[in-house]
Amino acid sequence: MDIIVPIKQVPETSKVRMDPNTGVMIREGVESIINPLDLYAIEAALQLAEGCGGRTTALSMGPAKAEAAVREAIAMGCTEGVLLSHRSFAGSDTWATSFALSLAIRKRGAFDLILCGERATDGDTGQVGPGIAAWLGLPVVTYVSRILECGPRAVVVRRMIEEGYETLEAELPCVLTVVKEAAYPRLPTLRGKQRARAATVPVWGPEDIGAPAESLGLKGSPTRVVKVESPSLARHGDVRTPKDPAELERAVDGIVDYLERLGLT
Amino acid sequence: MKETAALPAAASGVWVFAEQRAGIVQPISHELLARGRRLADARGAPLTSVLLGPAGDDGLREMIRRGADRVLHVADPALQDFLPEPYSAVTAHLVRERRPDIFIAGATTTGRTLMPLLAVLCHAGLTADCTQLEIDPATGELLQIRPAIGGNIMATIRTPLCRPQMATVRPRSMKPAPPDPGRAGEIERLTVPPELLRSRVRRVAFEPADDEGGGIQKAEVVVAAGRGLKKGANFDLVRRLARALNAGVGASRDAVDRGWIGYPHQVGLSGKTISPRLYFCAGISGSVQHLAGIKTAEHIIAVNLNPDAQIFKVADYGVVADLFELLPLLTEKLEARKKSARAPGTEGSG
Repeated sequence: MDIIVPIKQVPETSKVRMDPNTGVMIREGVESIINPLDLYAIEAALQLAEGCGGRTTALSMGPAKAEAAVREAIAMGCTEGVLLSHRSFAGSDTWATSFALSLAIRKRGAFDLILCGERATDGDTGQVGPGIAAWLGLPVVTYVSRILECGPRAVVVRRMIEEGYETLEAELPCVLTVVKEAAYPRLPTLRGKQRARAATVPVWGPEDIGAPAESLGLKGSPTRVVKVESPSLARHGDVRTPKDPAELERAVDGIVDYLERLGLT
Repeated sequence: MKETAALPAAASGVWVFAEQRAGIVQPISHELLARGRRLADARGAPLTSVLLGPAGDDGLREMIRRGADRVLHVADPALQDFLPEPYSAVTAHLVRERRPDIFIAGATTTGRTLMPLLAVLCHAGLTADCTQLEIDPATGELLQIRPAIGGNIMATIRTPLCRPQMATVRPRSMKPAPPDPGRAGEIERLTVPPELLRSRVRRVAFEPADDEGGGIQKAEVVVAAGRGLKKGANFDLVRRLARALNAGVGASRDAVDRGWIGYPHQVGLSGKTISPRLYFCAGISGSVQHLAGIKTAEHIIAVNLNPDAQIFKVADYGVVADLFELLPLLTEKLEARKKSARAPGTEGSG
């Protein structure tokens, strides 16, 4: 089983600033982590590789410091890692990102499975996983909540949708995007951290993956951020602090009145 | 696989991607039509609804009554359930043949899977999970407005060169228009080349959600609870209130991680982002991650024992109280009202 896990480095908190002129996130000065939702994909990949033997490769695209995310994935247990990093990748939207990642995956060679997190907590689009599948012409299953079976030619998974759970069988190779239910991420071990420190993480640029410049970065991105604003939270709530049962009853009546005004009672 | 980008001038018309389940046209389709109608009127262009899979005639006509000028229907049984390959192959085929200027879908599990596939197949720009769409009066371009970075910012995005301009739209971010029985429109039934219907993913089984959790993104009201509940069995208090309000049941990450309730119920950055008309929560302190999931709720009512809880900063109405006292009292009052309201008439509460 040869598994690729595309991961993204994201800011630690949701307190990040944006450059009002370019609409690009200012990442400096904010601690960076592996996108929390990617940890479930890493864990699911590790479990599959442990179950049937195999290799797991963490693949990321980002600034040079995103190497730390790749090393952390190795510390968790991934066999190896690759970082796509070059200024020409900067400003990529999900179309250009999935294109660059798909070229890197092609260059790396044969594989059985690509496991992605459902979405990243910063961009919050969930578009890169399906995008990779489209570029590579592979079947895709999104919102996978459990991998039920993984044979040599197909994988059987549970998919969480609005109405319940589907069971789907997908031919390999394919792309899966997993939700939190799929696995409980492990912490890096001391040995894993030592291995991660010693590992060589190749850094690939556009020439390494044979990427045409016009399809990369901001230039290759069909979408443009034109404006960014911080919405003011204009809620001026009425907060009651009842001191006795009678006041509690009045506060509850206040809720009932509120519901009634909304036509919900 | 990739086509050269269509020149903006060659593209025209507004399309919405309608959804059906078991042949029933879903409400998200009507929400998209209301939004699409405004965009189409602003562009002076026709509005087309695309529906894949079997659906009854009345469901198709209802989309015309709700704003569509044309319905493109591909009824093939191979399209009964959403499967990424045939759905994306068929929509890409239609897009290439007819070149819409704008194409929007719901930010549902279907829309958020289909549209990124389509964006690559048709070399189109795509913006996820928009809460607002507008036409730029100067250029006629689609302005795609969405929350990002956990709802802390609103970004406006445009697609200068590639067509169609595509976006997924958060469910419940727009009300459907009331049906107009006099509206005229055309239903066009299409067949597609069979090779477009191939799928390497097969649906083996389906298990409906066991309770109110699955649909919290569609629910008008969501009642949620967190660590303040103290134990999983106490979710019964929440469920009873939810029943009285016809609401979905949500939960904080804390409650889900403790195994009190399933992950489909989780609201927040690592769970679901919801936009209900009313979000009622008890025993949830309101972490940044949780608030990110409810920023676009229309109204928020919060109950918490801690007067300094962050949730009160975003609540429209808050009560600093013990939820074990407040919830039963509130539920009883609502149940009593429901009973007395039901007595004289037969009108359901919808």
